[in-house]
Amino acid sequence: MASRAAVILTLACVACTVGAVEAPPLAADPLLEARVLEVAGELRCLVCQNETLAASQSGLAADLRKQIAQQLQAGRSPAQIRDYMVERYGDFVLYRPPFQATTALLWLGPFALLVGALVFLLRTLARRSRSAVPAALSADERRRVRRLLDNEEASSP
Amino acid sequence: MKRTTLPLLAFGALFALMATGLTLKPREVPSPLIGKAAPAFTLALLDAPGRTLSAQDLRGKVWLLNVWASWCVACRLEHPLVLEAAQAGTVPIYGLNYKDQPADAQRWLERFGNPYVASLSDREGLVGIDFGVYGVPETFVIDKQGVIRHKVIGPLTPETLRDTVMPLLRKLDG
Repeated sequence: MASRAAVILTLACVACTVGAVEAPPLAADPLLEARVLEVAGELRCLVCQNETLAASQSGLAADLRKQIAQQLQAGRSPAQIRDYMVERYGDFVLYRPPFQATTALLWLGPFALLVGALVFLLRTLARRSRSAVPAALSADERRRVRRLLDNEEASSP
Repeated sequence: MKRTTLPLLAFGALFALMATGLTLKPREVPSPLIGKAAPAFTLALLDAPGRTLSAQDLRGKVWLLNVWASWCVACRLEHPLVLEAAQAGTVPIYGLNYKDQPADAQRWLERFGNPYVASLSDREGLVGIDFGVYGVPETFVIDKQGVIRHKVIGPLTPETLRDTVMPLLRKLDG
């Protein structure tokens, strides 16, 4: 029984490795590869939208990494390459979108939320401290307290 | 009354925001190329590799560029519609055979029918990159001046054809 399980496990492992393909190096030059990954790490893959071009396994991402490598070799700057991508795929490819009317909420929203929450917090705290201040006791209340305290002392052994 | 108004309002606002979010299609990224000149290309024809076609050759007519590949499953889904549109003859449809083996592509056309005036062979996918293709199939509407007027991402449906593409073609032809 145990040996059968072992066989199945082994087969499963073999099946996994058969499917896995070694990622081809982007460039023979590790320095260039590092620069490619730096640029690609700031760009979004359109096929698997929550991955960077550097991390994505999609065919398009591989093609675009190749483009980045070729353009870097041709002496183009990372900013020029970003422009090249934006021309084709729009601002969506940028992980740091530019500040525009359409992205104002994206950039300022968190700060607006923070300020709003702070205002709410301060107002709540102010209200609470105001209501926590004890009102002065009236003469009647004072008498009752005195009586209760006296009773306590009298009944205690 | 006053204690519940604010949370209710906040809940309503959040609900509206998220409900709108559900109606959006995040996979359809609007192309920055719409309203701009189609990228220049010169590509070999799929059925006659010796001959090439360039963007310049198609000036002066409204045409559709349908990006397809034999490995693309969704292309098979939209294919009957593309054939139908081609037979109706309202607009010439050119194919961009994206990252495909020519032999496979030829076999695919023989098997499912060929709606294209011509298919351009983009084996490396470089023209695809220039057109900002990220999900095959895609269909571009290009006007007489060579400007991209519309892009359909993903398979064509009878609804998109009837409600978007066809009215636009009539407008551009008129």
